[in-house]
Amino acid sequence: MTMTTVDPAQLARESHKHVGDVARDALTMTWRNLLRLTRNPELMVFSTVQPIIFVLMFRYVFGGAITIPDYPYVDFLMAGVWVQSVTFGALNTGVGLAEDLQAGLIERFRSLPMARSAVLVGRTTADLVRNFFVVAVMTTVGFMVGFNYHTSALALLGALGIVLLFSYALSWLSALLGLMAPNAETAQAAFFPIVAVLVFASAAFVPVQTMPGWLQAFAKNQPVTAVIDAVRALTLGGPTAGKVVSALVWIAGIVAVFAPLSIRRYRKVA
Amino acid sequence: MAVEVEDLVKHFGDVHALDGVSFGVEAGTVLGLLGPNGAGKTTAVRILTSIITPDTGTASVLGIDVAEYPESVRLRIGLAGQYAAVDEVLTGRENLRLVGRLCHLPRADAESRAEELLGRFGLSDAGDRSLKTYSGGMRRRLDLAAALVHRPPVLFLDEPTTGLDPGSRLDLWAIIGELVDEGTTVLLTTQYLEEADRLADQIVVIDHGLVIAEGTATELKGRIGSTHIEVVVAAGAADQARAALSTVGPETAPDAPNAIAIQVADGSKAVLDAVRALDAAAIEVEGLAVREPTLDDVFLELTGHAADDIQTAGD
Ligand SMILES: Nc1ncnc2c1ncn2[C@@H]1O[C@H](COP(=O)(O)OP(=O)(O)OP(=O)(O)O)[C@@H](O)[C@H]1O
Ligand SMILES: [Mg+2]
Repeated sequence: MTMTTVDPAQLARESHKHVGDVARDALTMTWRNLLRLTRNPELMVFSTVQPIIFVLMFRYVFGGAITIPDYPYVDFLMAGVWVQSVTFGALNTGVGLAEDLQAGLIERFRSLPMARSAVLVGRTTADLVRNFFVVAVMTTVGFMVGFNYHTSALALLGALGIVLLFSYALSWLSALLGLMAPNAETAQAAFFPIVAVLVFASAAFVPVQTMPGWLQAFAKNQPVTAVIDAVRALTLGGPTAGKVVSALVWIAGIVAVFAPLSIRRYRKVA
Repeated sequence: MAVEVEDLVKHFGDVHALDGVSFGVEAGTVLGLLGPNGAGKTTAVRILTSIITPDTGTASVLGIDVAEYPESVRLRIGLAGQYAAVDEVLTGRENLRLVGRLCHLPRADAESRAEELLGRFGLSDAGDRSLKTYSGGMRRRLDLAAALVHRPPVLFLDEPTTGLDPGSRLDLWAIIGELVDEGTTVLLTTQYLEEADRLADQIVVIDHGLVIAEGTATELKGRIGSTHIEVVVAAGAADQARAALSTVGPETAPDAPNAIAIQVADGSKAVLDAVRALDAAAIEVEGLAVREPTLDDVFLELTGHAADDIQTAGD
């Protein structure tokens, strides 16, 4: 039998992870993912230039064709553009994880004395930080092309907060796909149709009432619409509380389902 | 024993990656885990490094059970996996710093350790370049450096020199030698018999998830036993030479029609006997060679296929 050369009390101590270490590992991984981002010009472009183009395109291309009662189209539009951007942007989480898996990095991380949670938490946190900048850039550009809110600055911040929370929730869905896919391309291919349907069959760019009945049923009862409705209420005014609660419930639900699934999957991937 | 596995079993569906493997590595020594493709080498390493758990059986490192105290094991091991596990986007220095931070070294220590390892592995000049610009050999060296960041007393190297040119391989062997001199216990897997011969104190040969032989390189060669002497003579003299050599040892299949191969126990003594016998019969010798068994012979004999014979290994 094996002979224990290490004091059992020390083994017990080592098995116990300090909260400080867990947080530090997550921060280290966040730092690493953000550092990678700064080295990846295409992703930088994808993350910042594309949302700007979307704001401008929707503002000037569709803005002329679509009229919305009560508000300038750009005020209606911003909620859709924010949510659309972070929804497609969530792809990065899964692609990043699939790349780490492919590169064998996850294997190394699992042999290191680091907190196991750090890989997923660091990944999703880095994506949250990235989304923060994306949303900030888009909002600035939005203001430049005539966007205005009809509520309070606080409500606007609340709206942006909901957008960011939603992006964080979708990162966990993306993480699961990234951990299940054999490579980054597959993760991307699996994620894209899901979010495309969620974004385009939603209230993002046109009022749901303009859609055929069967599509309305879906469009009215899906998370992207719920989040957009809450964000619109917070920026345009009108009844707000119910919509915000409904958005938060969707967000919490997505995290509650996909975070544990991702963590379980992460434990099993090898 | 610094590393010990007992009756390890790991199946992936129908594939019996490990089917009851036991071996140990004495502290401060090198164990070479030798086997063809698909033998189960990587699976054994992954179990020992707490990456996967076995179906049954136990693994321990420095007396610590891997399944029970994986955190403690991770504090004491370094792993350089079969494929270099480094971040292609970051620089060499950033890679080492990242590992240092994840091993909970204070920032300044992680920095100085990265510097030190870059120097040791001849990467100082390349330290601030992205890994995209690294050659395969540089990447391997960085990978090994990353395994050493927290000065682990036990090191697992999964095919450390696969894909390296002979020069880089010699460099890496030298580094591994230094680590062993410093007291590190090393388990390395390899398909290069020369590598096991050169680095390993003990060799365990596995195939199809089973240990099929173990011992020192010399012991394993001894099991195949025979040294051969091959004599090449002028075309007409072969029969005459064959008769003369029959007193020295039994004949085995020769490589060429005018060559005679005989099996002998003691190479140097037999050479003298052979030369005397041939001289007495006045046969002119064109060539004479002693062929010691190589680990390749051992491997072929034990597994029934050559080390690099991928075709037969998967089944
Ligand atoms: N995660 C896995 N899922 C399914 N099968 C696996 C998995 N890992 C290993 N195997 C199978 O188990 C067997 C042993 O694989 P292992 O990687 O341990 O071999 P190896 O000796 O390292 O081979 P190589 O020299 O090619 O690296 C192989 O048949 C392999 O296909
Ligand atoms: Mg292998």
